[in-house]
Amino acid sequence: MLDISHVYKSFNIGTPVQKDALIDLSLHLNEGDFVTVIGGNGAGKSTMLNAVAGVFGVDEGTIKIAGNDVTKDPEYKRAKYIGRVFQDPLRGTAGDMWIEENLAFALRRGKRRSFKWGISNKEREQFVELLKTLDLGLENRLSAKVGLLSGGQRQALTLLMATIQKPQLLLLDEHTAALDPHTAKKVLDITNKVVTENNLTTLMITHNMKDAIKYGNRLIMMQDGRIIYDVAGEEKKNLKVSDLLVKFEEASGGEFANDRMMLAR
Amino acid sequence: MAITNWLWDIQGGVTLGIIWAMMALGLYLTYRVLNYADMTVDGSLTLGGAISAVAVTAGVPPILAILIAMVGGMAAGSVTGFLHTKLKIPDLLAGILTQFGLYSINLRIMGKANFGLLNQVTLFSQIKDLGVPSKWAGLVVGLIFIVILVIGIYCFFGTEIGCALRATGNNPDMVRAMGSNTKAYIVLGLVIGNGLVAMCGAILAQYQGYADINMGVGTIVIGLAAIMIGEVIFSKKSYMHRLTGVVIGSIVYRIVIAFVLRISLNSNFIIKITADDMKLITAILVAIAMVLPRMQKKAAAKSAKGDHK
Repeated sequence: MLDISHVYKSFNIGTPVQKDALIDLSLHLNEGDFVTVIGGNGAGKSTMLNAVAGVFGVDEGTIKIAGNDVTKDPEYKRAKYIGRVFQDPLRGTAGDMWIEENLAFALRRGKRRSFKWGISNKEREQFVELLKTLDLGLENRLSAKVGLLSGGQRQALTLLMATIQKPQLLLLDEHTAALDPHTAKKVLDITNKVVTENNLTTLMITHNMKDAIKYGNRLIMMQDGRIIYDVAGEEKKNLKVSDLLVKFEEASGGEFANDRMMLAR
Repeated sequence: MAITNWLWDIQGGVTLGIIWAMMALGLYLTYRVLNYADMTVDGSLTLGGAISAVAVTAGVPPILAILIAMVGGMAAGSVTGFLHTKLKIPDLLAGILTQFGLYSINLRIMGKANFGLLNQVTLFSQIKDLGVPSKWAGLVVGLIFIVILVIGIYCFFGTEIGCALRATGNNPDMVRAMGSNTKAYIVLGLVIGNGLVAMCGAILAQYQGYADINMGVGTIVIGLAAIMIGEVIFSKKSYMHRLTGVVIGSIVYRIVIAFVLRISLNSNFIIKITADDMKLITAILVAIAMVLPRMQKKAAAKSAKGDHK
């Protein structure tokens, strides 16, 4: 479903602060794969997701989604294949617009927008049913401004928006990192439900190693712009956080794992 | 006698306010909805006036002249949009460049700095011919236009494209993630906005009976004054409220100016306030209106803190 092959991406090329963010990165995702991505700060996790989403172009290599080469496509053109949830709850929704307006906007992802009404009564009924599945009481607040919602509610809504029209690929960039632990768990549970029920091909970055093991059918670890560990199936299920820490220390040359990785235990 | 003077001031203020509100609505679209400070408007208002005056003089039906002027304004908006989205020139500078260039174009169109419309057929002379008293012709024409515009813009905001335009001003990241090209919507907003501004200039030229190369100076400030006065005195509940607020704001602004002039006319101050001083007064007004909401918020936050003690 997703094919990243031999992708290179560097920032500030030719300056003393050049950063090689992705180095010969290749990754293949089968349909229905739910892959969790872990790695220290600066490992290239977000760069990989942003490269797939088209936030910036890559220096070398190709990216294919569902067989379509999107390497040269701008962000908005790739969006017809991709649903995204960002780390910042403010980024995925339009705060000055109503809940139903945001959902109606998302329902038309990748489609040509015209002078037809932006929302229909039939769609409103659909939204009520969908919002009920979140169990956050949003179904009664269709015409509430999204800016009035809490961070967790906004992330849950963004998740709904990313998947309301089934995407070929779902990209989750630490989408629970800005939430308190209780809300984060709730949003993760909703995520897991939505992903498994719709059999969505998903890439989820997380800083929490327990979550990385608990969710999904495959786990990849990144370090210095490369994938250093890729595990799936039974082997992944039996992973322990300590295993991951060992892997991480091996990769970083025996030195202590990144502080945030340690704390994320 | 004095009271009738004041009443006519109000009537004149309402008329001018409604005509200028078309510009303010255009600016609202770029400044408030798209979150784009568009300096093009000073030039596109004059452009509209110039095209309208020259076209009417050439025998073009007045209403058609206004539509042609509107297209001219839309072209000006698309130039600013091109400079900003394709050539990546910052928004303020893109508008200033277009505005600056338009000065020459406007002079070319008119052939002189002031283009009079003495004894020409205008929309207002046509309305008078229909039997409307000449003092009321401006108000009638203005009302017809403004009602159509407010309803039109309101409906536009409800369409898929209108929603995308609003979302672009609110959260461009989200719009791109949802598969829409934010650049296209920025250009669209600038095109519509400047079309409305030029339309205002076109009607204004026919109303006052001339187009002038400097008629657009300070348009953006006057538009901001209207938007901000409207926001202070009118609720922001729905877009119908907000759009109506812009029109009301524009009217209030004109009435205030008419009153200030009337008072100074009858006063014995050493410095007589004239129409030329209005730009300074407006600039001060807008500056205050921009600072006031923040001061109020600060004061509210302070008193809230005090309550906790």
